[in-house]
Amino acid sequence: MVKDHIILPVSKPTEGSMGKTGLWRTFRPVIDYDKCVKCLLCWFYCPDIAIKIRDDGYPEIDYRYCKGCGICWHECKVKAISFVREGEEVG
Amino acid sequence: MKKLGKKTLVITGNYAVAYAAKSARVEVVAAYPITPQTSIVEKIAEFVETGLMDAKYIRVESEHSAMAACVGASAAGARAFTATSSQGLAYMHEMLHWAARARLPIVMAVVNRAMAAPWNIWSDHQDSMSQRDTGWIQFYASNNQEAYDTVIQAYRLCEDEDIYLPAFICLDAFILSHTSMPVTIHDEEDVDKFLPKYEARHWKLDVNNPVTNGNIVTPDYYYEMSWSMDESMRYVKKKFPEICKEYKELFGQWHGVFTKGYKVDDAEYVIIAPGTLFEESCVAVDMLRESNIPIGALKLRVYRPFPSEDIVSVARKCKMLITLDRALSYGFNGPIFNDVRSAIYGETSAPVFGYAVGLGGRDVTFNDISNIVRDATSKLEKGLHSSFVYYGLKVGEK
Repeated sequence: MVKDHIILPVSKPTEGSMGKTGLWRTFRPVIDYDKCVKCLLCWFYCPDIAIKIRDDGYPEIDYRYCKGCGICWHECKVKAISFVREGEEVG
Repeated sequence: MKKLGKKTLVITGNYAVAYAAKSARVEVVAAYPITPQTSIVEKIAEFVETGLMDAKYIRVESEHSAMAACVGASAAGARAFTATSSQGLAYMHEMLHWAARARLPIVMAVVNRAMAAPWNIWSDHQDSMSQRDTGWIQFYASNNQEAYDTVIQAYRLCEDEDIYLPAFICLDAFILSHTSMPVTIHDEEDVDKFLPKYEARHWKLDVNNPVTNGNIVTPDYYYEMSWSMDESMRYVKKKFPEICKEYKELFGQWHGVFTKGYKVDDAEYVIIAPGTLFEESCVAVDMLRESNIPIGALKLRVYRPFPSEDIVSVARKCKMLITLDRALSYGFNGPIFNDVRSAIYGETSAPVFGYAVGLGGRDVTFNDISNIVRDATSKLEKGLHSSFVYYGLKVGEK
C-alpha cells in the first residue's frame, strides 16, 4: 500500500494514452498496395505502433495516431509508401 | 546477543565509503572516474571482481550516464550506488532531478571538490551546494567512520516507505577522501538486520506488470507531486532520529542526527559548520575555552532537509552564531549563512556572523577559526548584528 503523501505518476500501457496524436501530422504516409510486398518493415520501424497488420497480411496505417514522422516511407525497400503534404493528393 | 562480526581497519574516507557499499549489499554500481572520488569506485570494482561483493558493475561513458543507469537500476528494484565529484556532479544535474522526482532511493558519495574554471581538485563545497534544490537529502561527514556509517543509514532512510528520496554523502576532498583513520567495518549479515533487502513498494519496472514513470503530466497534477517531495523531506525529520538511535543500539556508533553539538550547552557563542570544518572548530573551541571564551560548535550533519529546529533551539540559548561556508551563492553571501539566518528569523534575534573559508581547498586551521571567533566577538561588542566576511582574503597583497 503506497502512502497517501507519496504522489507519483505511473501509467499502464493503453491505446492512445496521449490522445489523438495524428493531429500533429504535417505530412502523411500513403501505402500503394499494388507495390507492397508485405515485408512489414514499416510495421517494424514505426515508433508509435501506428501501423497494424491486417488479416490479409498487409500493413495498414492508423491515421488517428500516425504523427507523420516519415520513417516507414524512408524504410520501405520497394517504394510502396509515398509521403504527401496533408490536404494534397498522392501525385 | 550474538557477537558482532566486525573489524577495524585503518583506511581512507574513500575506502570507508567503498566498504559501506559492500556492507549495505549494493546490487548495482554505475560509475565514472573523477579525482578525488576515483578510489571509491576502484575499490568497489575490486570487491566485485574478486567476488567479495555480489553486484552488477556498469562502466559508463559519463557521470550523466552513471546516474541514468542508477535511475534504471533503482526503478527495477535494485539498491543502486555511485560516487562523483565537482564537474561530474554538475554533469549529473539533470539526472539528479529525475532520480528525486521519480522517488528512487539511490545513495551516492560526493567527494567535495572545487568547480572549474580554473581546474582545482581540492576541497570546496560549491559542487554539492549547487545541487541544493534537486530533492536529494544531503549529508556532510566529518570523519571516515561517519562516512561509512552514514552510507548505511542513508539507504535505510531513503528506502523508507514514507520517504523514497535519494541522498548523497559529502566527504571533503583529501582531508577525508585520502586520509587514513581507523574505521570499524561490519559484516553484511549484521548490517542485514538494520538494512533489509530493498523492496520497491511505490512503483517498479517489471516486465510482468509493465508501467511507465515519467510520462507527461499536466499542471493539474504536477504541483501536488512537488508538494509530495517536500512532505517526504518532512518525514526525514520524523524518521531519521529513530534510525540513528537504532543504529547506535546495534553498532554503537553515534554521529548525532541532523546536527551534533560540541560544548554547546553552556556556550554563549556557537560556530555552525559542516564536515571537517566542524572537527577543526572543536579544536578551536578547546583552545578558546582555555582563554575563557564561552564558545561551542554545532556540526551541520544534514544540509537538506535543513535542521532549522536544532539551530533555533541552539540560537535561543546563545548570544551569537558564527557560520563557516566553504561555498558561495554569488551575489548573496554563503548558503549556510543565508539558511541559518532564514531559519532563526522571527524565532530569536541572535546575531549571525558569516565567514567564507577554505575556497578551492585553502587550509582552514584551528588558528584560522580562532581568529574568526575573535573577529565575530569584536563585531558583537560593537553592536553589529550580521555580516558576511571573506576570511583571509589576499586581494591587494603583492
